[in-house]
Amino acid sequence: MSLWEYANPKKFMETSARLLPWVAGLAAAGLAVALVWGFFLTPDDFRQGATVRIVFVHVPAAMMAINAWVMMLVASLIWLVRRHHVSALAAKAAAPVGMVFTLVALVTGAVWGQPMWGTWWAWDPRLTSFLILFLFYLGYIALWEAVEDPDMAADLTGVLCLVGSVFALLSRYAVNFWNQGLHQGASLSVAPGERMDIVYRLPLYVAMAAFALLFLALVLARTRTEIRARRLKALIARERLA
Amino acid sequence: MTPLLAARGLACARGGVLVLEGLDLELAPGAALALRGPNGVGKTTLLRTLAGLQPPAAGTILAAPEAVAYAAHADGLKATLTAAENLGFWAAVHGTDAAGAALAALDLAALADRPAGNLSAGQKRRLGLARLLVTGRPLWLLDEPTVSLDAAAVARFAEVLRGHLARGGAALIATHADLALPEAGVLELAPFRARLRPVTRGDFDAAFG
Amino acid sequence: MRALLLRDLRLALRSGGGFGLSLAFFLIVAVLVPLGVGPEGATLARIAPGILWVGALLSCLLSLDRIFALDREDGSLELLATAPIPLEAVAAAKAAAHWLTTGLPLVAAAPLVGVLLNLPGQGTGWLVASLALGTPALSAIGTFGAALTVGLKRGGLLLSLLVLPLYIPTLVFGAEAVARGAAGLPAATPLLLLAGITAGAVALLPFATAAAIRVNLR
Repeated sequence: MSLWEYANPKKFMETSARLLPWVAGLAAAGLAVALVWGFFLTPDDFRQGATVRIVFVHVPAAMMAINAWVMMLVASLIWLVRRHHVSALAAKAAAPVGMVFTLVALVTGAVWGQPMWGTWWAWDPRLTSFLILFLFYLGYIALWEAVEDPDMAADLTGVLCLVGSVFALLSRYAVNFWNQGLHQGASLSVAPGERMDIVYRLPLYVAMAAFALLFLALVLARTRTEIRARRLKALIARERLA
Repeated sequence: MTPLLAARGLACARGGVLVLEGLDLELAPGAALALRGPNGVGKTTLLRTLAGLQPPAAGTILAAPEAVAYAAHADGLKATLTAAENLGFWAAVHGTDAAGAALAALDLAALADRPAGNLSAGQKRRLGLARLLVTGRPLWLLDEPTVSLDAAAVARFAEVLRGHLARGGAALIATHADLALPEAGVLELAPFRARLRPVTRGDFDAAFG
Repeated sequence: MRALLLRDLRLALRSGGGFGLSLAFFLIVAVLVPLGVGPEGATLARIAPGILWVGALLSCLLSLDRIFALDREDGSLELLATAPIPLEAVAAAKAAAHWLTTGLPLVAAAPLVGVLLNLPGQGTGWLVASLALGTPALSAIGTFGAALTVGLKRGGLLLSLLVLPLYIPTLVFGAEAVARGAAGLPAATPLLLLAGITAGAVALLPFATAAAIRVNLR
């Protein structure tokens, strides 16, 4: 039994139907635990006060914003090489989810930046990179919407995703070059001394796992919808001709 | 003699829906075949598939490499270039220098320096057909070649076509009109129309149609 | 490939080809910006590198949708796809023709427009160098965007949405090189990075462009 069996739409529908309630339930439970723990059961930070708690939404959202794009890239590659329809539809399904995570990261970042840096928005390299990532999501989704033929749309967005990934990476370096920035270092840096305290780190890990599960649940649900929409379209086209 | 073009069990789709299936086809050098069938049966789709512009939905196509010259509905003319410049461009792309002879063959020599935008519909069509001669390719795939041509021009084109066949070329012609080419075979496409079952209840859980 | 390049240049230069429109647009941007931000020389000198590069970007964008759309309409694109030149070469020739008719005039006009925006004299050389090195990337990326949207009825707006984010690295390094050069700082690093992006884009994007055309012709 090969992994590619799940690329068969029928098999995927069966498996995902069984999987989805568990993933969604775990995501909900994880989010409840992480947010209650993070928001109410952690001490105030000695410098940032209560605002530090926004980290439990901001960091996981930012992480998933990038991971969603990576997942789209992998799914696009699988579609372009192996022509599995489920893969293309999963990439399509992930894009709006990734875009919303990007937006959440940007908005929570602005809300956090206001008390910390005294401004809602700064052209800091990290913030700018996320704004650029948001634009890439926007273009990718717009191309999916614009092309009528589903296979053609899958091919064109796949190529755009490949080229876009290279340019998104280049933009990241360009933006770093352009402005050194005031954003703090990565929150889970492995360098000693810079690390967050364990009281924050544990709920953050839970939050990250919960966000990943949430992403998986949303993508599964949306992929199922896309597969059904695709079937409906094929059947309608056939009925019109027959 | 090896055929210039052979297709086995060919199926073609348009817009994701199968239109033709189970088609076998063979064209030997010197042969011409007229494709016939009602509108929408898939003549253009078949020609585009054979020209390599779209992949076949099923079956195989065997054609000599770089053998196909395709003439679509649109002639690919630039309105601001003269007739000679238009043809010269295609000659250069195909690495031949037959532009002058091609103009003469379709009775366009007098119009060589006229911008293509100023030509009549029939003259444009003749210029588009002259492009076939400058490609220097043996297999012509023609989509309604005689549209907007008058009787004299149709006869002229039939003569050009006959010359092409005599030189060992072949032609596949989708047309409703009479080509004045009695030796051409006829392939009726209607029997190869894809049979689509009407949609039934169990279909929704199948893979994509 | 040479034939295609020559034909596209000839078409651009004939009446109705739109040659010079991008250049005129570039000039108008350079006139409008001082009217918007005020005539103080110091302010203008400060923002000139950015304005010049954004202006070049937008002027390039203006003519992108013509690259393949006209050939698609009159059927040439299908005929080119069945011609003996590979589509990758068609894509490269199209990008080259776009650069020669849009990018090169911008490079030539840049010193003059720099004067309008009060760009310090020592920055002019960097401006010309950065535009000369960067605009080929703009044409190559734009040709890719044009190939993605060639099958769409109203692809113009979508084309801008797809292409502008891809222009970001070119813009950043190009404008940075001019800004550093104008301030008398060493500007070779951004210029080399810019050249690297151009080299990569010109070498690799024609393959993506050709793939997109093939899909769109299906």
